[in-house]
Amino acid sequence: MTSFNVIQILIYLGLLLAAVKPLGSYMARVLEGEPVWLEKPLGWLERIVYRAGGVRPNEEMGWKAYAQSNLIFGLAGVILLYVLQRVQGWLPLDPQHFGAVAPDLAFNTAVSFVSNTNWQFYGGETTLSHLTQMCGLTVWNFLSAAAGMAVLAALIRGIRRKSAATIGNFWVDVTRSTLYILLPLALIFAVVLVSQGVVQTLQASVTAPLREATQDAAGKTVATQVIALGPAASQIAIKQLGTNGGGFFNVNSAHPFENPTPFSNLLEMLAILLIPAALCYSYGKMVGDRRQGWSLLAAMSVLFIMMIPLAVWSEQAGNPRLTALGADQHASALSAGGNMEGKEVRFGIVNSALWATATAAASNGSVNSMHDSLTPLGGIAPMWLMKIGEVAFGGVGSGLYSGMLMFVIIGVFIAGLMVGRTPEYLGKKIEAYEMKMASLVILMTPLLVLVGTAVAVRVHAGTSAVSNPGPHGFSEILYAYTSAANNNGSAFAGLSANPFLNLTLGFAMLFGRFALAVPCLAIAGSLARKNIVPAGAGTLSTHSALFVALLVGTVLLVGALTFFPALALGPIVEHLMMVGK
Amino acid sequence: MKPLSMLRAALVVIVLFTVATGLIYPLFVTGAAQLLFPRQANGSLIVRGGRVLGSQLIGQPFSDPRYFWGRPSATAPFAYNAASSNGSNLGPTNPALFQAVRARVQALRAVDPDNHAPVPVDLVTSSASGLDPHISPAAAYYQARRVARVRGLDESAVNALIRTHTADRWLGLLGEPRVNVLELNLALDEMKPHQSERTP
Repeated sequence: MTSFNVIQILIYLGLLLAAVKPLGSYMARVLEGEPVWLEKPLGWLERIVYRAGGVRPNEEMGWKAYAQSNLIFGLAGVILLYVLQRVQGWLPLDPQHFGAVAPDLAFNTAVSFVSNTNWQFYGGETTLSHLTQMCGLTVWNFLSAAAGMAVLAALIRGIRRKSAATIGNFWVDVTRSTLYILLPLALIFAVVLVSQGVVQTLQASVTAPLREATQDAAGKTVATQVIALGPAASQIAIKQLGTNGGGFFNVNSAHPFENPTPFSNLLEMLAILLIPAALCYSYGKMVGDRRQGWSLLAAMSVLFIMMIPLAVWSEQAGNPRLTALGADQHASALSAGGNMEGKEVRFGIVNSALWATATAAASNGSVNSMHDSLTPLGGIAPMWLMKIGEVAFGGVGSGLYSGMLMFVIIGVFIAGLMVGRTPEYLGKKIEAYEMKMASLVILMTPLLVLVGTAVAVRVHAGTSAVSNPGPHGFSEILYAYTSAANNNGSAFAGLSANPFLNLTLGFAMLFGRFALAVPCLAIAGSLARKNIVPAGAGTLSTHSALFVALLVGTVLLVGALTFFPALALGPIVEHLMMVGK
Repeated sequence: MKPLSMLRAALVVIVLFTVATGLIYPLFVTGAAQLLFPRQANGSLIVRGGRVLGSQLIGQPFSDPRYFWGRPSATAPFAYNAASSNGSNLGPTNPALFQAVRARVQALRAVDPDNHAPVPVDLVTSSASGLDPHISPAAAYYQARRVARVRGLDESAVNALIRTHTADRWLGLLGEPRVNVLELNLALDEMKPHQSERTP
């Protein structure tokens, strides 16, 4: 690693951690229903939502009603977003006249955005109208992230309350998260992005003459360049903040109009992890013991940071086969060197590898380089962070509720077994019911990933979609199901869309999101009913370094046992092929 | 709450937030962007004498030896198609990748036979977007002698031009040093217009 690589990584981590406390503290106040100053300019909108929706904000829900609300909200979202794509040709703001999106692709995209995955089988500038981008995708970038925060807030209430029957009001949580957290952050961020060169206009495109005419694949002379434009900044701001990741343009944040400068790149990378990291602090504040939040943040940071050197080193080392062909991959003052296939010069190696790691850690899934062209070990970094279940840092809200907090339950249970005591967490006894639900959550995604991959590599519709031969083709499929089931959304993008993949990946996303939220809320309901037992001499401290180590160990162990064989068949074999003769 | 009243709440939340975050928010950002940063919001276009020559942020294809070449582009059906961004998505052990790199090295050497230095990697690998406007300074200097020879310019003058068109890391720290290929080539043409420049 060059010194510039190290410096840029440290700047990034430092800024991220500095933002955790102020933002986390503010978000806790929003989720607790405490007054915030933004209620002055936006409070009327909150009240309109409640009045029109028949929502009584002080009326709380039990876990079943909360889970039902979450499911109905998601279902309504998928249907409306599907319909919008199917009729976009008849609606305004379709300057390029794309017409209706194909049914299977529309289903995939609808599920993708409502489940906070934002898997991108659509090509933004070639299939979706500006209206669909704005009123469909952008809206669900907000709402899916808000729903994630809502479910987290409900789980926190379950942990903190004693002998309670309710865990909050879903509609209030969604509304307040959107209005007072996501909207103001996105607004500021979008305008800053425009200052860097991210486009924001309702004009579809501009045509420029080519300095030197070229030829297309059919041999016809091309003398002009049609440059696609659009309202990109407003979508990119929320796509990063909401751990969504679905791009305005096909190549996502590798496109110079989505991510034009090193500064925009730094800001977008910060936005990827900002809310999931800060929610750890909110968590600590809301359960009444800030150390609990810090210990979760520490465990997440360890899992994240340990993958950064692997990705950066592997990409910087480059591809030995290209050196043999006459390419110079050395890093110097004049060139980043390394594996530059599928990367942009302004980001070079370190910002591409760091992004790939962060976007997988956060279940964001936006990309600034093409992950399909990563070196095998460089590709393991994002794949691994998704496979361990999007626990570090995971999606907005979901990184904690269906991620790290489930491992906390498993962790205290394992620790309890070791010393022969009833496991407890923050004064709540962890019993068979909680363990069953937590195990369900943790086993569900590996099941979706491994069964999905196994089926896809056995059928023609799966294998014919692959664009690279050999183990890399297997990696493409493995990556796809990993990304979908864990609601990440990044891809080895050589995999081409077809109805089989659109549907199976669509269902993986759907289950990965909504089937996981239900047992998490069941735990919330069960914990809420329990009494709080005072900590005794045998209580395991859950804010110690020992517990952080136990937590990290549990995550790594479960992940490695589940996925090592699959990783060995894909990237590990390919690495040996690449470095061997 | 009964399921039916949940459905009502769901639809109201979706519809009202479609207005708030799907219409008002992007239109408000559009207004603010057009007011505060009109050049950037509309594509950072390079305009000379009222004519659009391209965008600072979007590369163009160059294959004539008198121009600096940019990154190889994987967009279809022609390179640097700015209406359909794409990367190659070739994996690191794909024979198609080796073939493409070999051909690019050969093409560069064919127009510059005396240059036996290894080729800077960004000149022979395709960019992520297919629209990368930049090359590394190393890739620019690698081509300087060729461009100078074909245009009948002093190599030192071409090197000086590269230096003035090199952007450093942001604050000396972030990103990578880079050269904007289209701007460099426009500056070359302004320096000493080549005879065949206006051929269609």
